[in-house]
Amino acid sequence: MAENNPFPGENNTGHFWDDNLRELQNPPPRWWMIGFWLSVAWWVLYSILYPMWPMPFETEDGEGYTKGILGWTSIKEYKQGVEQVQAVREQYDAQIADMTAEEILQDPGLTQYTLASSKVLFGDYCAACHGSGGQGNPGYPVLADDDWLYGGNLTKIAESITNGRKGAMTAHASILTEQEVDTLANFVVQLSEGGAGSEADWELYNAKGCQACHGAKGNGVLAELPNGDIVTVGAANLTDSIWRFRPGGYESAKHTILYGVNQVGVEGTRDAVMPGFAQLGQLDGKLTPDQIKMLTVYVHQLGGGQ
Amino acid sequence: MEYVDQPAAMDAIYAEAEQWHVNTGGETIHAKRIPGRWRTFKWVASSVWLVFFLGPYLRWDGRQAVLFDIPNRQYHLFGATVLPQDFWMLSLLLLFFAILLAVATALAGRVYCGYFCFQTVWTDVFTWIEEKLEGNPAQRRRLDAAPASFSKFRSRALKHLIWVLIGFATGFSFVAWFYGAGKLWSDFFVGEANAAVYASVALFTVGTYVLAGWLREQTCFWLCPYARIQGVMLDPTTVVPTYDEQRGEPRGRMKKGETEGNRSTGDCVDCNQCVAVCPTGVDIRQGQQEGCITCGLCIDACNSVMDKIGRPRGLVRYASLDEIEGKPVPAMFARPRVWVYGAILVIALSGIMYGFSTLAAIELKVLHERAPLFVQLSDGSIQNKYTLKVLNKSNDDLAVRISVDAPVPVVVVGAEEPIAAHHGQVTPAMVFVKVKRSDLDGESMPLTFVAEADLADGSTVTTPRESAFFGPRP
Repeated sequence: MAENNPFPGENNTGHFWDDNLRELQNPPPRWWMIGFWLSVAWWVLYSILYPMWPMPFETEDGEGYTKGILGWTSIKEYKQGVEQVQAVREQYDAQIADMTAEEILQDPGLTQYTLASSKVLFGDYCAACHGSGGQGNPGYPVLADDDWLYGGNLTKIAESITNGRKGAMTAHASILTEQEVDTLANFVVQLSEGGAGSEADWELYNAKGCQACHGAKGNGVLAELPNGDIVTVGAANLTDSIWRFRPGGYESAKHTILYGVNQVGVEGTRDAVMPGFAQLGQLDGKLTPDQIKMLTVYVHQLGGGQ
Repeated sequence: MEYVDQPAAMDAIYAEAEQWHVNTGGETIHAKRIPGRWRTFKWVASSVWLVFFLGPYLRWDGRQAVLFDIPNRQYHLFGATVLPQDFWMLSLLLLFFAILLAVATALAGRVYCGYFCFQTVWTDVFTWIEEKLEGNPAQRRRLDAAPASFSKFRSRALKHLIWVLIGFATGFSFVAWFYGAGKLWSDFFVGEANAAVYASVALFTVGTYVLAGWLREQTCFWLCPYARIQGVMLDPTTVVPTYDEQRGEPRGRMKKGETEGNRSTGDCVDCNQCVAVCPTGVDIRQGQQEGCITCGLCIDACNSVMDKIGRPRGLVRYASLDEIEGKPVPAMFARPRVWVYGAILVIALSGIMYGFSTLAAIELKVLHERAPLFVQLSDGSIQNKYTLKVLNKSNDDLAVRISVDAPVPVVVVGAEEPIAAHHGQVTPAMVFVKVKRSDLDGESMPLTFVAEADLADGSTVTTPRESAFFGPRP
């Protein structure tokens, strides 16, 4: 065909259709070819530098591919990232280890660090009962308010986390008459709404031994120490508007009076048990003293720490 | 229907197609340099790029006047410091330049390509150096064709060395805008700058050398998206370098003995100078085409020839297609497109100016705690928890006072002491607000936090931030 090429000198392949359709063999632009060979070179370089080729046999660490001379792996990069984060955290953690909870709260920067990092601890250990933001759950106290049955200062909070708490109240179904239960239930509703209660109510309250736990004023305080601390057994403060067992009100109060709290063998009794987190039996591991310290600061800052 | 001898009809088209030469870089363009008005204008316009090289050495208030400090996320522009939070202004700036590009192209073609683009400007400088070292285009073509020799190698080596040095200066200056010029000079040459700095300088050196030294006009033809975008923004009213066909054709060489009075040719003497000077190697006499960067060098070339032979200038001139075809040409400002583009420019510019004039030294964000939304306290009052984030954009640490504006009496806990806000950083703080239950008449009420700080210059800056207070259903 080439000998009778009607379009000589234009670098065609010698293939013609319909008189003048023909295939040319012009080279691609030079910049394009440079780009092409550069990317081939990059591909070769990459396979030398980085892990790339699958291998039919496994090497000593059980991986069947070429390693690349840089030794890069994604998991190594991830671990380096984690190390960097830990290096930053270690500085703060080292400082916190030598400080008390009070001292941490004096330092705004460390307080912020403690709050940010304890959020995870709180989520793991506390939020299941007390809610993600300390908003509480039916039967489990709100941590974001200022009502603390066992005391709301740093020492008391740390104590609660470390050793746990277990409330106790006698079931009065067999001790009080229906009339007396009704009177006392109405009495505590009245107190919670800011009422003073009649003399007869207070007489019944004292006569039935309520004051032994709920205190002479009904606010759960048995004694006030000279340093301002209060002595309690964890009995509810009947004079504030917060109810230990929700939803609160007459029926709720009556139920608690009748069946008590944590009474063995009493059906319908209220549950009020918090495990001690320094020696967790049922959960995997336990909290270290430093973790308890950080959680103490966290809970104290939720909204009502004293 | 009558049979048409199609192959024969097509032959004329194919014959024409053979004339079309597509520049794929197989042959180096050695453009001739001819002095003239547009040549001078190109140098003046190109010199705008001196700002790129010298800008980093400008000082303001004891620091680099313009510094894009990426690691610290602070962008210093003379007296102002812009943080990432103010970056909405960047989008307006980009809009401004995009529209500026469009309006310039609609009015006068690829002004950017011809006079300001770093690709054409750097290429121009590179070929100028080439001319100084290797001679005029004819000499350079001879050198290209000459066999390898020591003298060829020597002149080539010097040229490439200078090109690489310019590439290095380009990369070095670019990095100086981000790294700080003084610090770069002291760190770079002793190996103390970071890997990103060395990589950027290396990338710019190689990129400048390859793009301006080797690829040249091929970049405009095959790589540059702007070249294509700008090409479609022209219309018949756009003023671009144009060959006046009516005047020039039929073109023909001057013959001995032919006088101006009895010549049969048009004004074009077919001297090919317009092609010889073209940096992208196109023939302007074929009309507007993608290779034309509208640099006007062919106008200079043609005018110099017209001057020599005593014919009027302007055979190749800045003119619109309408003008060449003899249609009426409306004044530039009678065109609606100019006004629409102009309006967008003004809006973008006023947005940027508004942004800069309202750059507050502090910024306050208020995050309302959601779990729990509110807490009832033992005295019956309702407490809400807020996380405040105070951004200090000034250059000094500030004591930021927080107050709360509310329609009912509130007690604010946690904001008794001013927040120590570190400069250039966000400082968080926790604040509790208590409201008496009896004062709440709905599930929520509006609340405004006000951050206030005394600046170093004695003035006081105040930033309000609206939020809400939530309570139980009444």
